[in-house]
Amino acid sequence: MTDFPAVHPEPVPVLALGDILLVTLRGDLYDGAAEQLQYDITQRIANSPVPVGGVVIDLSGVEIVDSFLGRILAEIAASARLLATRTILAGMRPAVAITLVELGLTLPGLATALDVDRALAMLHRAPSVEGGA
Amino acid sequence: MHAPLTPTARLPIGSDADLAWLRQHVRQCAADLGFGLVQQTKLVTAASELARNTLVHGGGGHVEITTPTDGARRGLRLSFVDSGPGIRDVDLALTDGYTTGGGLGMGLSGAKRLVQDFVLDTRPGLGTTVTITEWVSGFPAPRPGAR
Ligand SMILES: Nc1ncnc2c1ncn2[C@@H]1O[C@H](COP(=O)(O)OP(=O)(O)O)[C@@H](O)[C@H]1O
Ligand SMILES: [Mg+2]
Repeated sequence: MTDFPAVHPEPVPVLALGDILLVTLRGDLYDGAAEQLQYDITQRIANSPVPVGGVVIDLSGVEIVDSFLGRILAEIAASARLLATRTILAGMRPAVAITLVELGLTLPGLATALDVDRALAMLHRAPSVEGGA
Repeated sequence: MHAPLTPTARLPIGSDADLAWLRQHVRQCAADLGFGLVQQTKLVTAASELARNTLVHGGGGHVEITTPTDGARRGLRLSFVDSGPGIRDVDLALTDGYTTGGGLGMGLSGAKRLVQDFVLDTRPGLGTTVTITEWVSGFPAPRPGAR
């Protein structure tokens, strides 16, 4: 089935904001696009000419997180950490947080912030393990 | 005056595009029936888990969507149907963290927690049908056995 306007099969762009990578998830994400995102982020970290100061994933436009997307988010954070980079999930909706807990997915070890501004502030306060700033 | 009754539908589950479309459709039905935001989110999340199981473990199938009534209550019922390998040990499959396929093993058990009614019918070698029903209620949604 194709061509349903509310659904976005396109790849998710990874934007550079200074030395931070910012990813904004919106609407409904295809499984394939989520897997592609994991690959894109790790490539960007590994190939960046200057050390990436952190990854911020903006979830404020996301209506549901199931165990598939939850696992992808946890794996993005884990692989970024192995590449000396912190990941912060920003702006999760309250209904999504409540649902994730009942689903049994509390995503321990994932740093969170209430919005993107606070996530950026957290990264600037505590620079990545290269000790820059 | 009645809110427009959500029509019965049957949607295929054969690709990740179908999963995305199903989530949108269930969200819309739940909103039309007057479910609150948290209840909608739980139902769509459960539907996403079960539809992915139909796709990944059941080899594809379909979902039947109906809107049952029970006295004055109205509900949304989703049946996920496949003719895949079935589930040999249901208790094990419903254990948090148990997976045979590289997932997190939280889908089946988590979906059961997220909805009011959950019925799993499976025959090894013949297939699996999981039916969930959520009834319109105030916030917060009552848990099974809580009333
Ligand atoms: N429709 C199905 N057909 C066959 N097996 C299933 C089906 N749904 C679930 N299962 C089995 O139950 C296990 C647990 O399911 P779930 O909790 O969703 O975890 P996951 O999908 O991450 O493996 C699966 O690994 C699979 O072995
Ligand atoms: Mg599953």
